[in-house]
Amino acid sequence: MLDDKDRIFRNLYGLDDWGLEGARRRGAWDGTKAIIDKGRDWIVNEMKASGLRGRGGAGFPTGMKWSFMPKESTDGRPSYLVVNADESEPGTCKDREIMRHDPHLLVEGCLLASFAMGAHACYIYVRGEFIREREHLQAAVDQAYEAKLIGKDNVHGWPFDLYVAHGAGAYICGEETALLESLEGKKGMPRLKPPFPANVGLFGCPTTVNNVESIAVAPDILRRGAAWFASIGRANNVGTKLYGISGHVNTPCVVEEAMSIPFKELIEKHGGGIRGGWDNLLAIIPGGASCPLIPAHDCEELIMDFDGTRAVKSSFGTAGVIVMDKSTDVVAAIARISYFFKHESCGQCTPCREGTGWMWRVLTRMVEGRAHKREIDMLLEVTKQVEGHTICALGDAAAWPVQGLIRAFRPEIERRIDEFTRKAALDDQGVLDPAHMIAAE
Amino acid sequence: MTKLIIDGKEIDVPPEYTLLQACEAAGAEIPRFCYHERLSIAGNCRMCLVEVKGGPKPVASCAWGVRDCRPGPKGEPPEISTRSPMVKKAREGVMEFLLINHPLDCPICDQGGECDLQDQAMGYGVDTSRFAENKRAVEDKYLGALVKTSMTRCIQCTRCVRFAAEVAGAPEMGAIGRGEDMEITTYLETALTSELQGNLVDICPVGALTSKPYAFAARPWELGKTQSIDVMDGLGSAIRVDTRGREVMRILPRINEAINEEWISDKTRHIVDGLRTQRLDRPFVRENGKLRAATWPEAFAAIAAKLRGANGKRIGAIAGDLAAVEEMFALKQLLASLGSANLAVQGGAAFDAKAGRASYIFNPTIAGIEQADALLIVGSNPRKEATLLNARIRKRWRSGKLKVGVIGEQADLTYTTEYLGAGIETLNEIASGKHSFADVLKKAQNPIVLIGAAATSRPDGAAILSQAAKLAADIGAIKDGWNGFGVVQATASVVGALDLGFAPGEGGLSAAQMIAPGGLDVLFSLGADEVDVASGAFVIYIGTHGDRGAHRADVILPGAAYTEKSGIYVNTEGRAQMANRASFPPGEAREDWAILRALSDVLGKKLPFDSLSALRQAMFKAVPHLMRLDQIAPTDASAVRTLAARGGNVDKTPFKAAIDSYYLTNPIARASAVMAECSRLASGQMLTAAE
Repeated sequence: MLDDKDRIFRNLYGLDDWGLEGARRRGAWDGTKAIIDKGRDWIVNEMKASGLRGRGGAGFPTGMKWSFMPKESTDGRPSYLVVNADESEPGTCKDREIMRHDPHLLVEGCLLASFAMGAHACYIYVRGEFIREREHLQAAVDQAYEAKLIGKDNVHGWPFDLYVAHGAGAYICGEETALLESLEGKKGMPRLKPPFPANVGLFGCPTTVNNVESIAVAPDILRRGAAWFASIGRANNVGTKLYGISGHVNTPCVVEEAMSIPFKELIEKHGGGIRGGWDNLLAIIPGGASCPLIPAHDCEELIMDFDGTRAVKSSFGTAGVIVMDKSTDVVAAIARISYFFKHESCGQCTPCREGTGWMWRVLTRMVEGRAHKREIDMLLEVTKQVEGHTICALGDAAAWPVQGLIRAFRPEIERRIDEFTRKAALDDQGVLDPAHMIAAE
Repeated sequence: MTKLIIDGKEIDVPPEYTLLQACEAAGAEIPRFCYHERLSIAGNCRMCLVEVKGGPKPVASCAWGVRDCRPGPKGEPPEISTRSPMVKKAREGVMEFLLINHPLDCPICDQGGECDLQDQAMGYGVDTSRFAENKRAVEDKYLGALVKTSMTRCIQCTRCVRFAAEVAGAPEMGAIGRGEDMEITTYLETALTSELQGNLVDICPVGALTSKPYAFAARPWELGKTQSIDVMDGLGSAIRVDTRGREVMRILPRINEAINEEWISDKTRHIVDGLRTQRLDRPFVRENGKLRAATWPEAFAAIAAKLRGANGKRIGAIAGDLAAVEEMFALKQLLASLGSANLAVQGGAAFDAKAGRASYIFNPTIAGIEQADALLIVGSNPRKEATLLNARIRKRWRSGKLKVGVIGEQADLTYTTEYLGAGIETLNEIASGKHSFADVLKKAQNPIVLIGAAATSRPDGAAILSQAAKLAADIGAIKDGWNGFGVVQATASVVGALDLGFAPGEGGLSAAQMIAPGGLDVLFSLGADEVDVASGAFVIYIGTHGDRGAHRADVILPGAAYTEKSGIYVNTEGRAQMANRASFPPGEAREDWAILRALSDVLGKKLPFDSLSALRQAMFKAVPHLMRLDQIAPTDASAVRTLAARGGNVDKTPFKAAIDSYYLTNPIARASAVMAECSRLASGQMLTAAE
């Protein structure tokens, strides 16, 4: 279990003041100038050494990402940092806690990260539905300006402007290039890559897009040193992490814990255990709706980190764990997730636009069992036709939950089909056999 | 050059190529829907996926640069496969997705037979459907008189959106909704305002946007296809005339990089129904103030009677907008034998053929606009006078390297212009260097001074032309390798007429003098419908449509329209091109040169040619450059200086638009119901939704 001294988010539950004064009391904005004085390269190297992997789901090493930015502008284009606060994945609810309860960690992180990549401006793109979060974040930004912590002429000596922009509630705008499009005032549709944002990003300039949590942990890493951060968790999966635990647990919560904590420990310590006891567990979705579900028998030894979830053919995602006990209609649950992706598909490219609706419709029939068994394989093939053929990762995200369902719960789908077919056969019999009909009356 | 291995074949391509281009260079066929050579890359249909060796998933070749391919670990060239199992599976998958919500209405779809989706489904799809759900239905949208929609068929490739925004410069189309609910629409469902909207039908890879006037009229495989040249404006766009039997069913663009790329204007495309209606299909003779149908001998006899003993100086001829050089040549010969030098072409009054060719053609050439960096438009609305030339200006402007200034009518030209002034005074200010735009022109490497019909159609047109030429010379637009003096001729016949010398000869009358009261005794009108001939003169009208000219005529000799004869036209750049016969003239109508040849026989002034080729032989001897088809004969730029020296007095009134109704500029267009509808929509007389 994570020691209290190792916590980065010390006001995760909003018990203390979220404003500048409270943040300072908790250690934010302490020695920021000293860190900046150590220079860009030092920061980037320290981030690399810390082993921090991006907290937005893909797990790309953050320090490496920063190092992709041009050292200096050769063509007059400025660099930008964009923070992705469009947290919309069902099951994920960590960034909002940072923004509403400890926004100064993010603001300070933005300054340090921007300095490290030579950016004088940073945009935070907040999900449209996050009203209170945006207010707190904006207030924190205003306080920081007021205190000359950021701004054109600030105490840190790095001219820096921070803007809070907000979306209109489209999930796809959480995809980094769609986010940039939206930020530019266009329709939120992912761009083709390459060119990557580090080369041609916001307004055509070099841009790094980072998750809120990745940026918010940066100041503490730099203050306490990369070694400290790297010592938590296991190799390649280091540091602390915000876990969101929702679904059929006794005490759903968001909690900061060490990476690589065993799933069982996480649930028992913080989630208050599975509703109805461990044996009542049916499956979990480990990191937000797009991750394939993990059936109960694989959860026994599950280590909650990138490699641990990969070992059971799922993905760590954002560590927003959705727990489903045996009362769950798992086919209906995945059908609902499938509907979500169908609804949020931007419609730009063919496989996702057409495939998400197809998958959802087939799944909806499978919930009742109104399908053929051969359609299970067909559905699996459709997911493979979507996966990897789209412009952005939403296609993959829509395909994986369905693949996970079929992998783990094919017998359940078959059972429903059998059940439905049996009933239908009985009904047919009733129609065809007058004697049976009379008996039924 | 970069080395690639495509399907096992090594190939060298420029590094700026996309994989799709590289694959095509290697001879591999790549299916595509959203990709179009002349539009920006969208990469959304996912049909062009290819495998890059070493990559985990296939990539969209239309959007993947050759530069983006990494060489192998030992520096081997990147390997691309367009035939691997991964690619085959990806294409089949995408094809299936495109088809699941596409209606199975090919038998009743106008795109059938020339449909990319159909063709590629045959080539890359599978033969059965696994889709057991209901297909999506999308409401059809109203887009005006020319584009019919069946939006259920739409595959959301967004070619139409990109065309409207990029080429047409009328960003009226867009997509609303997202995911499978995405729909292509104009939001307000009003008629499109572009003169290029017909091209939407061509670029739509499926049957979602089809031609409204052509709806359910014919199937592509039952049409005869004739390559020809358009005469609706002075550009001579390359067209293909599709006929069934003797009827022209539709007109499509052909690719000609020098002129129209692969677009044509709506007037070019949709005047088809005008070729059928209001046609003159037999000769007419006016008796007792009324026209009556007559035979050819009767009509010729009436003319012969009138011409017998007529004074040659009292005979004249005016050629109309659609006249080919052959008939003008024959008519010129005939008039000469009658002792007349009274020749003129409609809209040609401002030009002096003797000054030299460079004084009346568009010297920079249409393709040359893409080298220009400054453009001064004097008395012209190129969007209406030469639609595709305007599209070329827009293309250059989009590259960010062209500054445009306008003197004259203040109009939306689809690109940003600096409005400088309304009349000659502004031109003088620029010429004297007082105006800031003078600097723009002087600093430019390849400036163009474009002068159009709004200036040259005025009585003082020759003087304005001279001043524009002087400005062009002064700012350094005339130099080695660049002649920036460009005259936009709005009609197809003017340059050809001037080349032939179909203009007032020694002591000859101008068109204005000929049509003035008491100007002439006998006037030959070769389809001249835009002139108002005063009463008194005996008018012989050789033309195709019962339009203004025919109403005034005393004898009507029915001729052949441009789709019904072989004729050479010289476009505004001075490029001679041949239009070909796609069908035959209706009834007793004949080709114009043959009419003149027959008439000359009756008049006893037999023209010395018995066939079209003999006529051409004679004509080529007189004007050799007409022989060199599709080329621009080199011109002597000193003609512009000669013109500049002429000077003359210019009226200070502002330049007025030369074309008030774009869709109704010639007799064929005025006979077309489709053009009438377009004109009505363009003039803002909207129908309400109930209709």
